[in-house]
Amino acid sequence: MTPGDYLSAALLIIGGLFFLAGTFGLLRFPDVFTRLHALTKADNVGLGLTVAGLAVQAESWAVAGKLLLIWLLVLLAGASVSNLIAQEALRRGIRPWKR
Amino acid sequence: MQTLVLALAWFLVLNLGAGMWRVLRGPTAADRMLAAQLFGTTAVAILLLLAEATGSAALRDVALVFALLAAVTAVAFVRRAWPNPGGGNDAG
Repeated sequence: MTPGDYLSAALLIIGGLFFLAGTFGLLRFPDVFTRLHALTKADNVGLGLTVAGLAVQAESWAVAGKLLLIWLLVLLAGASVSNLIAQEALRRGIRPWKR
Repeated sequence: MQTLVLALAWFLVLNLGAGMWRVLRGPTAADRMLAAQLFGTTAVAILLLLAEATGSAALRDVALVFALLAAVTAVAFVRRAWPNPGGGNDAG
């Protein structure tokens, strides 16, 4: 394996761990708002690290750019969707969790 | 390297299976939608990994479509499909 392979493998594995953390958060957290928090970690960091790991391996700059574009699209979509869902949940009277 | 990529893809599929629990439990429709959003992102990651492992570039386009559809789905859910708790007319 070349150094690039090691870097790529490390990024991919850490990205997978973030997806695992996001799934755990979705299952364990108590209400919509905290679950949004867990979800966005998987969206932004998990997918970001996965994309970074694959971009290191990419055969051309065009492929790496496309991967980056997909990630940016998911980032934008995730941010606006989280905002929409949280606002609507508040408007409908779902109370944020308090211990 | 290919083994690792495929193993990670399987790992993400198992994550999806675990996430199904939240879809089944709810309790609110928004919780189910959040799980569906996580599924969308995970599916994008799986498709990108498969594109790398199998060398078929078309899967990257599929991932792009998944990313777009996930966003549209969530907006449609919030604006149109979120069930009203009172069951009456949507005055808001």
